[in-house]
Amino acid sequence: MSMKKKTICSLIALLIGVVFLVCVNRMTAPTYILRSVLQMGAIYALVAVSMNLLNGFTGLFSLGQAGFMAIGAYAFAIFTIPLESRANVYYLYGMHEAIANVQLPIFAALLLAGVVAALLAFLFGIPVLRLKSDYFAIATLGLAEIIRIIIGSALMNRITNGSLGLKSIPSFPSIFGVIPGFYFPFLISAVCIAIIVLLIRSSYGRAFKAIREDEIAAEAMGINLAKHKRMAFVISSFFAGISGALLAMFLGAITSTTFNIAMTYYILLIVVIGGMGSVTGSVISAFLVIASKEWWLRFLDTELYIGSFQVPLLKNGFRMVVFSVVLMLVVLFFRKGIMGNREFSWEGFFGLFKRKQKKKTGGEQIG
Amino acid sequence: MAENVLSVRDITMQFGGVVAVNNLSLEVNEGEIVSLIGPNGAGKTTAFNVITGVYAPTNGAVSFCGKEIICNHPRGKMAKLYAGENKGKYTKVLEPTPDKITKLGIARTFQNIRLFKELTVLENVLIAKHMRMKANIFADTFRLSYKEERKMKEDCLELLKILDLYDLRDEISSSLPYGKQRHLEIARALATEPKLLLLDEPAAGLNPQETDELTAFIKRIRDQFHLTVFMIEHHMNLVMDISDRIYVIDFGKMIASGVPAEIQNDQRVIDAYLGVAEDE
Repeated sequence: MSMKKKTICSLIALLIGVVFLVCVNRMTAPTYILRSVLQMGAIYALVAVSMNLLNGFTGLFSLGQAGFMAIGAYAFAIFTIPLESRANVYYLYGMHEAIANVQLPIFAALLLAGVVAALLAFLFGIPVLRLKSDYFAIATLGLAEIIRIIIGSALMNRITNGSLGLKSIPSFPSIFGVIPGFYFPFLISAVCIAIIVLLIRSSYGRAFKAIREDEIAAEAMGINLAKHKRMAFVISSFFAGISGALLAMFLGAITSTTFNIAMTYYILLIVVIGGMGSVTGSVISAFLVIASKEWWLRFLDTELYIGSFQVPLLKNGFRMVVFSVVLMLVVLFFRKGIMGNREFSWEGFFGLFKRKQKKKTGGEQIG
Repeated sequence: MAENVLSVRDITMQFGGVVAVNNLSLEVNEGEIVSLIGPNGAGKTTAFNVITGVYAPTNGAVSFCGKEIICNHPRGKMAKLYAGENKGKYTKVLEPTPDKITKLGIARTFQNIRLFKELTVLENVLIAKHMRMKANIFADTFRLSYKEERKMKEDCLELLKILDLYDLRDEISSSLPYGKQRHLEIARALATEPKLLLLDEPAAGLNPQETDELTAFIKRIRDQFHLTVFMIEHHMNLVMDISDRIYVIDFGKMIASGVPAEIQNDQRVIDAYLGVAEDE
């Protein structure tokens, strides 16, 4: 397939995506579930891709993503809660004088969220990145828990509002007053994911992949392991921080328990189902997983009567049982996730139909 | 006399109580092909790992092109345990990581092929060029350094053309036949622009025909890239055919050195390694 044809296909797909979003925005009620599923999908897609950069591309099995999301969410929330509602939010302990009157514009705070997360990753990376495989996973998991507990501790009462959490976080703003707030998470996620993709395709991205494939060989080829691992860790955390800020905007209120271990596993699940080492896989699976968990399987949670017959098993919580079974089935049939470590390509997409057709005609001939 | 490229002096490598390499000294001069042979477990690969920075030696020094690059002496727990010679001769500590050694111009291949298996042939070679890149990560991500990137790619394609791997450039490296994988590993090492190439059993697992091809290949790249080659090998035909000089080690100690003809007739080498043909 020629380059030109591919570009046209991509443009058409992009157009369809945009038109779809516009339709959703224009034609659905503000409380319709598809809207939040899509927005949440976009946020989780970003954090999943950032985790994939570390786990799938650099081969560092990190479980600390929720911790860096928490940092980003809190850094964003603390500096964007409107001054007039601060007394209301910090009603019990009051806010620390140094930050009580500081309010940042949303884009600056978004950047700050990423930078603070990246800075912490840099510091934590010094001891943690010396560890390998399982030990690295355990250390980062512990790290995320420590971050979460410190944020929720009484020590931080006057900064993070301790266990009470933060609320009145501004929702998605309209961009330059032209594009409605609904599109905000999609735009930010798309830009961030595009940057990650550019990075992965650059020479540094290749070096990351080399570390994933074989550390000893990578080092023998002149790649400074410590430096490159640190870069991957810091960049991944930067984008995790930004997605944390987006999540804070989406939820409007956060507490430290929002970012518990289950959240890390949830992100990991998206990455594994999408395929370790595939950006498109992570994006697709983020939307699929969020949609099935929050929307498609919802009906399983409500009791259902057919006539006077009550359908068994359907009650609150059953959704998660089915969700787990679906996950197991997916992992059984797609060992390496939906996409494996390949990326979406138009050849592959059209090839999918062609192969099926061939199978059909082949079958007929034999028949 | 050609310029001295690699000079290993009094290297001892001790793991706990085991002395893997004992007081090894050797020299490799510019343009030479030098082989290191010896029975299994003699410490050949350990010697390679010391030269390439994978292990810091317990005692001794390594110089490259007249400049000292590695130096160590028994310290800490080793100070008591040390069972080798020349204790106290070296006092400096220089322990660069392997990537720094590669940057200086020493490239290596591995005994069991270590390609980046899921990446293409071209990517494998491009990765070796990465360390010479000047652009930082931001410039490279946002393609401000696209000229450098393009140059890198052109150089790599050129290299692949010279080494007859050009047609395979988009193949996944683990899908290549074994012999080609060996060639690719050498190509990847060459992409780091080395002066000295260390080959760890390049003919392991190759059939006789592939071994002959490899012999010609090594000679060709030596001449074409003005290399010095230092290799470990078990195929005696290859070693005797290609080497300018040979070092023989056994139990970590050097037992002989010299030109191939001398080595073939050295009684100690025959006893330790070469053996006698049964019909003689």
